[in-house]
Amino acid sequence: MSAPAVSGQAPIVDPARPGDSLIGASVPRLEDDALVTGRGRFVDDIHMPGLLQAAFVRSPHAHAAIRRIDASAALALPGVHAVYTCEDFRPYLATDRLVVGLPSSHYKQDHHRQVLAADEAVHVGEPVAIVLADSRYLAEDAATLVEVDFDPLPAVSDCRAALAADAPLVHRESPHNLLAEFDMNYGEAARVFSEAEHVFRDSFWQHRGGSHSIECRGCVARHDALEDRTTLWTSTQMPHAAARVICEVLGLHENQVRVATPDVGGGFGPKLVTYPEEICVTLAARLCGRPVKWIEDRREHFIATTQERDQYWDTEVAVDDQGRVLGIRGTIVHDHGAYTARGINLAHNSAENVPLGYEVPHYAMNVKVALTNKVPVTPVRGAGHPQGTFVMERLLDRVARELKLDRAEVRRRNMIPAAKMPYRTQLKARGGEWVTLDSGDFPACFAEALARADWNGFPARQAQARAEGRYLGIGLSNFVKGTGRGPFESVTVRIGPSGKVHVYAGAAAMGQGTRTMLSQLVAEQLGRDLSNITVTTGDTAATAMGLGGSNSRQTVVAGSSAHVAAQKVRAKVLKVAAVLLQAAEAELEIVGAEVVVNGQTARRVGLGTIARSLVGTAGYSLPGGVDAGLEATEQVLIDEMAFSSGSAVVEVEVDPETGGVTIRRLVFVHDAGRMINPMVIDGQLAGGIAHGIGNALFEWMGFDENAQPVTTNLGEYLLVTSTEMPRMELHHRESPTPGNPLGVKGVGECGVIPMTPAIMSAIEDALSPFNVRISQTPITPAQLYALIEQGRQS
Amino acid sequence: MDTTLSRTISLKVNGSAVQATVDVRHTLADFLRHQLELTGTHLGCEHGVCGACTVLVDGRSARGCLMLAVQAHGREVTTVEGLAGADGRLHPLQQAFKDHHGLQCGFCTPGMLTTLSELLADNPDPSEAQVRVAISGNLCRCTGYQSIVDATLAAAKSMRASGAAR
Amino acid sequence: MKPPAFAYHDPGTVDEACRLMSTLDNARALAGGQSMMPMLNMRFVLPDHVVDLGRIASLAAIEEGQEALRIGAMVRQRDLEHSPVVARRCPLLVDAIQWVGHRQTRNRGTIGGSLCQLDPAAELPAVCAALDATLTVQSARGTRSMPFAEFPAGYMTPSLEPDELLTAIELPDWPQGHGHGFVEFARRHGDYAIVLAAALLAVDAGGRITRVSVTLGGIGPAPVRVRAVEQALVGQVAAAGLFREAAEACRGLEAMEDVHAPASYRQQLAVVMARRALDAALASLAPSRGTAH
Repeated sequence: MSAPAVSGQAPIVDPARPGDSLIGASVPRLEDDALVTGRGRFVDDIHMPGLLQAAFVRSPHAHAAIRRIDASAALALPGVHAVYTCEDFRPYLATDRLVVGLPSSHYKQDHHRQVLAADEAVHVGEPVAIVLADSRYLAEDAATLVEVDFDPLPAVSDCRAALAADAPLVHRESPHNLLAEFDMNYGEAARVFSEAEHVFRDSFWQHRGGSHSIECRGCVARHDALEDRTTLWTSTQMPHAAARVICEVLGLHENQVRVATPDVGGGFGPKLVTYPEEICVTLAARLCGRPVKWIEDRREHFIATTQERDQYWDTEVAVDDQGRVLGIRGTIVHDHGAYTARGINLAHNSAENVPLGYEVPHYAMNVKVALTNKVPVTPVRGAGHPQGTFVMERLLDRVARELKLDRAEVRRRNMIPAAKMPYRTQLKARGGEWVTLDSGDFPACFAEALARADWNGFPARQAQARAEGRYLGIGLSNFVKGTGRGPFESVTVRIGPSGKVHVYAGAAAMGQGTRTMLSQLVAEQLGRDLSNITVTTGDTAATAMGLGGSNSRQTVVAGSSAHVAAQKVRAKVLKVAAVLLQAAEAELEIVGAEVVVNGQTARRVGLGTIARSLVGTAGYSLPGGVDAGLEATEQVLIDEMAFSSGSAVVEVEVDPETGGVTIRRLVFVHDAGRMINPMVIDGQLAGGIAHGIGNALFEWMGFDENAQPVTTNLGEYLLVTSTEMPRMELHHRESPTPGNPLGVKGVGECGVIPMTPAIMSAIEDALSPFNVRISQTPITPAQLYALIEQGRQS
Repeated sequence: MDTTLSRTISLKVNGSAVQATVDVRHTLADFLRHQLELTGTHLGCEHGVCGACTVLVDGRSARGCLMLAVQAHGREVTTVEGLAGADGRLHPLQQAFKDHHGLQCGFCTPGMLTTLSELLADNPDPSEAQVRVAISGNLCRCTGYQSIVDATLAAAKSMRASGAAR
Repeated sequence: MKPPAFAYHDPGTVDEACRLMSTLDNARALAGGQSMMPMLNMRFVLPDHVVDLGRIASLAAIEEGQEALRIGAMVRQRDLEHSPVVARRCPLLVDAIQWVGHRQTRNRGTIGGSLCQLDPAAELPAVCAALDATLTVQSARGTRSMPFAEFPAGYMTPSLEPDELLTAIELPDWPQGHGHGFVEFARRHGDYAIVLAAALLAVDAGGRITRVSVTLGGIGPAPVRVRAVEQALVGQVAAAGLFREAAEACRGLEAMEDVHAPASYRQQLAVVMARRALDAALASLAPSRGTAH
């Protein structure tokens, strides 16, 4: 890890010292003072007079017809103010569905979520009615008194079974359960496979669970009749999308809805989705005339917040005698859940990620996206990419084993050499453009990881441990991850008459230090004093356009816009200051909140003075012939992704008597291009790694054959804890991308990507005496023990 | 007042005497958050697993979601808002969390800080393993815990150096 | 996820608590609340009355008897963890308590609460089974005592009448210097075990086993004493390797099955945990190899 920022001493960057740069400095986060003292403002911390608390009545059935809803007993309870069903809402709805799916030509049917389930509920947890009461306690009391006459229907749990000809229908009126199908192909896979020297076939089950940000979802809506505007404070990654969907569903225009994000207690993907609850709370506040708060509880998070789930892969790899990959082909069945809450991007990402880091000349992947009677599937940190990496890396391990090659050597023979960068793959991204790897030296990164982990020395350590009866193993994985998805993020930089520099961004902060990142970039241009910067993110009233937080994008897209906007403001500051100070622009430097001539403290002008001169005085022209206002708004357009990459090496110890796995060592070498704040990058990586370890060994969102969830609390659904985490050794390389003005790449999801294959590779290595083969993730001790037993007996 | 349904309780919160009437079924966490508006204590699961709502009751860490407010009668409760000094100077743990990037979204942080302040009061010189065990009942989804562990060890060191163990 | 409405009572004496339990309909006793409160929050239990035992000082005492330690039902797990008396007279309990939940839950959680919750994989019931604890149960109708073996009536169900309260636990002494071991296999630190084992060992001057206790948790609805293993070991000379064969008998135990672990896996863990607990007990024997009484 990088050295911690030093506190209680002089600031790391001296604004007056021109050589000091804020870019690449581990400056302490601006967010932290409030958060360590309990002064953060999360959505549930919003108090206001007259606030009503909401609870939702939800379907207990995976699939049921709704015959009748009777709220009379609930309404009779003292302290209960309203119960609304879809029928109650309908007069105020322009549409009763949330149409949000990303465009694609591959859909075979559309299934959009209902504002509230009216006639048919298609997953456990689907909201059916909203109850408003004086307290959440009372609202929950009342919710249990709402009588819903459900008529249970057959439900589909397994996504493979969903595609059988005689499967029950997820939606009773749809023709079948195939939501979408597509092929991701290039080259001539069929020919290559018929001619290859070696073809190896493997099937995999991959599962990922929920996001489980420690803060669940939640929102507060307040309607202001004076302004005819409803403000929704919501814990979301995409406030602008939420405002748009709310306007569409409620038939309102943009000035009638403001969406703002308070502090967000983690996002990790599912908070990028706009949810029925946000619509319901907004409308309820408009109807009842009082502010309404709904705070999701953890049980609701398990059943009503989107998650990732199952993918079943059947794959083949064709190689030559040297272990060079000639082609990969196969099929994926992807569990989509009951509705399209985001799109088929997850399955697309998985299929696209497989060949990304290696030279794979021919590729053919058929993807079937299957409906099931479960809560919808949308991206969770990693968004389908870990699954693609898992398959590629597992197949390479297979090749190594079959051809009796070192696992690292097989990678080396197939990696894309640095000399070929930028490397145009034969893949097409979801927007249709070619996938081009922008920069990086994958083999060098890999070599560094192996060297740091002493890959070559491991066999001796392993042999020694085995002599003591201990089973150590080492595993590895490389990965490449597209980050910074465009087309843009909107950022305004404005210097006010106070001299403060205000930044307004369509980016959405969810705990990653977005405010600090933007401040660093802007301050670098405008005086290098972080305390002189304010940042407003995630507020549709402050920024007209915004895409928000997803796909490890914000430093790339929002950072680039902030950088360019700040440069423009800087140019204007210097131009006007030159007039005011009667100096040449080249003599000027911005130091803190002032412009100084040649470091002479006597000749200076404040940023506030310059800003005041540009807001205009009636009858006087602006100085320097510039246009009005000291601000710039930028949407730097970036269509091509910035590809982060890295290599992980993991050492495990396995207890063959219990199937227990302990991670002993973890080396991670990462390349996210130019680093803005190494401390924050380490933090992002570490969190992703922990998530990936959870996906390998702990997290399982279980459902029974009737699609009833069986893991609905944090005692049953296991998140990785401090005692299960190894010490992480994090190292960085910097291959700046030419794709944006800063040379930066995303990092938020990267830690996750290589963890499952690296851990499985290590476990297999530890258990090589038992010939254990792992074709799934996660794996539990019980399942691993069964494999050990199988190996013992064969 | 039917004292089986609501009660007036007296307690000390972050050093100040508090008297309030509470519904008997309200949890201590909800009482702190909604009645006293001490919103630093966060609710992450409400079934005693995540640890975000941890507060100190008579100096002992406790899940705020697993205590009723009425049970705090006569007790001294410390929340994250009460960790810093009266002069606003951060507790060494708070400072170390900042310095070592021991937080990202900050939602689990109050429970981490209260739990660890108890640990350091009990054991001014914990090993890394002891720190990890101490927070094994506190879930964090952002940090992977390492920076929290590092921050705690650094805070312990600075507290030992300054003799400010509390 | 908020508790349902209930009436709250916090009696100051056991007698008053018993009176409330006998007169109120649908009343639940609240001990440390570390299992009961989640169930209330999730509305898995819907009592009309909650009788909080937290103010009853007499239930919070650890008393040293002639041949047993008497622990009040409301003694907090943390106090057991740090009690020098417990460490001296009942080291197995200290071993076990390290595995119970987390520091925040041990600060509030009580021994009596854990026993009445009777989770099949909980540590403290296993300790009581291992030590042949005697439980004191009180109600307005009187006081009775029962061996722990009779306490479990079914899955997570103690054999208590609705008006009865568990008030004390007597843990009989083992010889000074006896061996004690407690191990478990759980998915994460602090989780309920999948399978746990407790072992106690006393040997004579020649190292021959005079008395042994082997208990498994997580196998059946209640802790299981594995008499077959105990009988096979008595009279043998305690030495490394002895337990490997003996523990195999655990594989024949009937085991629970759920989505997290099949029965055969629990049986495997039973063998391994029993052996490791015995190994730990052997390793902990005082150098003098405490003589049996």
